[in-house]
This record gives sequence, C-alpha cells and structure tokens, in this order.
Amino acid sequence: MAQRRSILGHVREIFQFRELLGSLTRKELTVRYKHSTLGFVWSMIQPLFLLVVYTAVFAILGAGFPRFAIWVLCGLLVWTFAATSMLTATVSITANASLVGKVKFPRAILPLANVGGALTHFLLQSIAFAGVLLVSRHTVDWTYMWLLPIALLVAVLVVSGLALLLAPLNVMARDTMHLLELLVMGWFWMTPILYQYERAVPFLERHGIPGEALLLNPFTSVVITFQRAIYGKSEVEGIALLPPDGPLWYLGVLAFTGAVALVILAVALKVFDRADANLAEAL
Amino acid sequence: MTSTSSARPGNEAIVVDDVSKVFRISTTPVTSLKERLLGMGRNHYEEFPALHDVSFTIEQGETVGILGHNGSGKSTLLKCIAGILTPSTGEVLVRGRLASLLELGAGFHPDLTGRENVFINAAFLGMPRKEIAARFDDIVDFAGLEQFIDEPVKHYSSGMYVRLGFAVAVNLDPDVLLVDEVLAVGDEVFQLKCMSRIKQFQDEGRTIVLVTHAAETVHQVCNRAIVLDHGNMVIDDEPGKAIRVFREYLHGHPQATIDSDALVESPLTIGDVQVHHDHEASRRHVHVGESVWVDIEVTTTCRIDDAILDLEVTDNEGRILYHVDTDSLDERIATLDGAGSIRVDIGRIGLLDGEFPINLKLIQRSTGRVLDWKERATAFEVLNTTRANGTVAFDVSVRS
Repeated sequence: MAQRRSILGHVREIFQFRELLGSLTRKELTVRYKHSTLGFVWSMIQPLFLLVVYTAVFAILGAGFPRFAIWVLCGLLVWTFAATSMLTATVSITANASLVGKVKFPRAILPLANVGGALTHFLLQSIAFAGVLLVSRHTVDWTYMWLLPIALLVAVLVVSGLALLLAPLNVMARDTMHLLELLVMGWFWMTPILYQYERAVPFLERHGIPGEALLLNPFTSVVITFQRAIYGKSEVEGIALLPPDGPLWYLGVLAFTGAVALVILAVALKVFDRADANLAEAL
Repeated sequence: MTSTSSARPGNEAIVVDDVSKVFRISTTPVTSLKERLLGMGRNHYEEFPALHDVSFTIEQGETVGILGHNGSGKSTLLKCIAGILTPSTGEVLVRGRLASLLELGAGFHPDLTGRENVFINAAFLGMPRKEIAARFDDIVDFAGLEQFIDEPVKHYSSGMYVRLGFAVAVNLDPDVLLVDEVLAVGDEVFQLKCMSRIKQFQDEGRTIVLVTHAAETVHQVCNRAIVLDHGNMVIDDEPGKAIRVFREYLHGHPQATIDSDALVESPLTIGDVQVHHDHEASRRHVHVGESVWVDIEVTTTCRIDDAILDLEVTDNEGRILYHVDTDSLDERIATLDGAGSIRVDIGRIGLLDGEFPINLKLIQRSTGRVLDWKERATAFEVLNTTRANGTVAFDVSVRS
C-alpha cells in the first residue's frame, strides 16, 4: 500500500508549501478585483453598506436595543468569513481539477488558500468596521479586546478543519456543494448573530434543552466573544445580551471550541490524506 | 511518494519497485450523493489495470526514454513517479528535487499577468519565492517574452503560453526532470532551445525521464529506453534495442510477447543513404522541377526475396508529405543477398522551399517483420527559384 503520512508530517508538508499558500491567497484577491477600478476597496465598502442597511431596516422594524447595526456586524463579519471559506473551499479541488491531475503539490493547500482569501477579506472589512466605530465614537470594552485574536484563531482552526473535510467530499459527491449551501443558511440562524445569546438560552431551556447547548456550535463562542468585546456591553437598557461573566469565562468557551477545532483538524488531515491518494483519479 | 533518504547505497535517482496501478472505472457513472447512498455495497466498478508489476531503477545522471503507444501506461507511470498518482501496489522512490513537465503552464490563470503566473506556477512546483525572484529574468529571457510579461496570459498565443511554462520548469533547478510529450510543441527555434537545455541538463548530471511515442527523440537524447505495452514493461535496454522492439513487434503485433534476444539480430541492415540530383556538382540545393533520387545501401545476412520498401517524405516538423510503399506501387525489390543497393527515383520536385527529410523502412512481406528502418535517413533541400511563396509548387498561369 501507499505510504501514509502522519498528521505532523502532513502539517510539515503544508508548511513547506506555505509560499504557495500565500501566492494562491494573493491570487484569489487579485483575480477577484482584477478588472475593477476600486479593487479591494469593494471589500471595505461592503460592511459600511450593510451597516446602513441594517440601521435602516431595524429603525423601521424596531430591533429593541440601541446600536443594533453595530451589534449585527460584530457577529456577521466573522460569520461571513466562516461561510465564504467553507463554500469556496468545498469546490476548490473540483474547480482546479486540471491542476490536481498534472502537478504534484500538497492538495490541502487548495482549500486552505480559500480560507486565506476569506481571512484577508475579513481583515479588510474589519479595518472599515473599525473606522466606523471610531467615527461613531463607539466605545469597545478593552478588558475583552485581547480575546479577539484568540477568537479569530479558533475560527480559523474550525474553518480550516471543515474546509479540509468538505473539499475531498465534494470530489466524491458533487452534491456536497448544494447540501452545504442549505446547511450554511441554517447554521447562520443557529448562531446568535441577529439575535442575542441571552435570548436564545431561556428559549432552549423552556424546551428542556440546557442553554449551554448553544456553545456546541463552534461559531457561538467566537461570535459572542466578538460581540462582547466590540459591542462592549453584556446588557443594554435592561436587556440581557450576553453572558455577564468576565473575560476568563469567554476564554474558557473559546478554549473548549479550540480543543474541538483541533480534533476536527486532526481528523480532517487524516481523512484528507486518505482521500489525497485517489484525488487525481477521482476527478 | 517523494522522499529523500540518504541511507540507500548507490546513486539511484528513481527506484520503481514492483509498481502496479489499477484504475477503478465505474460502469455506471456515480456522481451524486443519492446514487452513492443507494448504490452502497454494490460493486459498480470495473477494474482496469494500467500498470502491471513494473520495476526498474534509474541512476543519477541517466536519461531514460519511456516508449509506448497510447494506453500503454506510460503517462500513468510518469504520474506515479511524479507523485500525482499513488500506485495500487509497490513503491516509487525519488531522490532530490523533482520537476515534472506533464503539462506546460498548468495552473496559469488567464486573468493574471505572465509575471504573476510565473510566481504562482513556480510556487506550485515548490520553488521558494526568493529563488523565483532571483531567476525571474532568466525565465522571461528563456521564454522570450520580455515585452509581454506584464500582459494577462489570456492574450498570449498558445506558443507563448507553452514557452513560459517550459521556461519556469527548466529554471527550477531540478535534480530529476520528468517530461511528457511536451517537447512536441512550440516553434522550431523554441524546440531547439528546449533540446539544448535538455542536453545541458544531461551534462550537469541531472536525471531525465522522457515519455514519448516518438522513437526518434529517444534515439537523439536518451541513453536507455523502456518500452511499455498494455501496462507491462516489455524491455529495458539501450535505445537502439528498445526502439527496435517498439517498432518491429508492437507495431504489427500489439500483444506479442517479446523475446528480446531473439529479435536483436535482423538479417538486414540499411547502410549509407544518399540523395542525389543532376546539379549536385555545382550546388547542394535542388530547384523546383528538378529530379531527385535516393541510393540506399543494404546488407543482408541471408537471401531476402520479398522485401518491401516503405518511404516517407516529411517536412522539418515531421509532418508526412508523402508516404508510399513498393507493394502499393506494384514495384518489386530484387532479391537481396549480401551487399546490395536500392535506387528510388522520386521524380520532379514540386516543393518550393525548405529541407525535406526522408524516412525509410524495409519490411519482409512473408513475416510482416520490419527488417530495418531509418528516420531522417537523408534529406534534400529545395531552394525556391520561383516568385511564389508556400510549400507546394503548382504550375500556375493566367489566361484572359
């Protein structure tokens, strides 16, 4: 039988090709904005536009608490990163079929480059978002801000693991892509982005499900950390938004998600490795 | 798998150890999840053996040709060496940096410029960015694309595309170079450039594996050749012998089992071949409308009274302009015994300009065996003395 690499060996191999990962990530962005005059500025305009839309929509609907648009964007930007990564990574191998059959390189680079592309996109949007926060004199909660890089890292780990599972799956059954589109939509509503965490907990408990079940969704801990730090409050005008605990509680849930993410990643690398041997002929 | 173990003795660059590759071809195309779930447990596959127990070792510095017809498994073998396909059983070991020219410009993105694509392409082949930057000028220079390097490659001609791809690959500084038929592309000047680069690689002691069905290329550059037929290794020997096997046996009898010792001695060899024309004392070229004939010296070790001469006139790119054999012409070749010669009158030349090589083959009618052959046995050069351009001379006149 063919040799199987250890997980560590696989990681080392990917690391050796990190420059390719960088090049492909850059390529994603270059290609996306190749023929537009504004280029990557479009990435930055998007959150601003969303901010206006959400402000307008919820001014009409009445969202229930102030600065709702900022609240939404806290979770939405990082969610968009996750969703874009998963959706683009899923087709990364099938879309590069000719390359996979002709050139030898660690194929895991392909889905990971999509994660990289979405991450860059996210960082650009975050800069625009930070600008808005500055202009609108919004005060973030600095005692939680240091958690953001950790939350982002956790999100990257989760998303990378899922990307590595989904990409080879889509080679074997092209339905994966379509199924995922549905799942991502459902997943969005299962994550407390448009509604507040503290509102979902009692709802679940009324149905006999412990509120902590929400945290089984790996994106919950990431999203609520972003909300806690950037929105800056766990309650506003008597409305409970987020768990009132200190930064260490948030670190704890992130650590839990991070541990789950590492397991997913290890499984994903193992599965990817197994699939890798047959990718070129399965395409 | 590519690995770099230094514990092995000797200078092997590539070890192919008992490699078999079986493709599973689904008899009913299963691509959707539903069918996959419903069809679970049932065997939808047909097994197709593409390679069967192939073993050989290539020493560092060797240039080895892999010959075979379409479907013989030669590309599968190359992909196994390149690590793109994983063998079903057996093992492949490659030492050192490997560059494979399976498809030039694979992974070029049409919207990106030549410059951007060079960096991405080289990164795919595992080259650090710093190194690419250092060699960038060499790459562009080799491809001859200085003016166009900042244009998106979608505006490139197919020739330019291929040139850039080749330029990246040969500038990678590989220890082992795998080449698959790609040398057949590009214009003449570029092909010569590629050939001279391959020669340079040989001089530098790098290992080259060349997959092709052009026996002539193998003759020119390889010091060893492997012939594959239906996934089996038929012979692994010096190019002359291997090409002979490829030609003599596989052409006529696709599934013949070959006893390589029995076939080596052919009773006939083509010796000197000369092309002549009436004015050769004063000039080398032929002019349009002049006659040309070919003298072929032949030596036989026994009486052969049923030889057929097969003749091809090609252009310099190997395209066949004319192909005939003496049987079709109802001509008979006199009994050959010992040293003899055959004269072929080609007649008046209706070609305008260029060099026209001649391929010869002698076949024994009773056995169907190719007794001997010579590609580019000789060539004649035509100098265009008319006012027309093109390849073929017509006798055009106008009346009104």
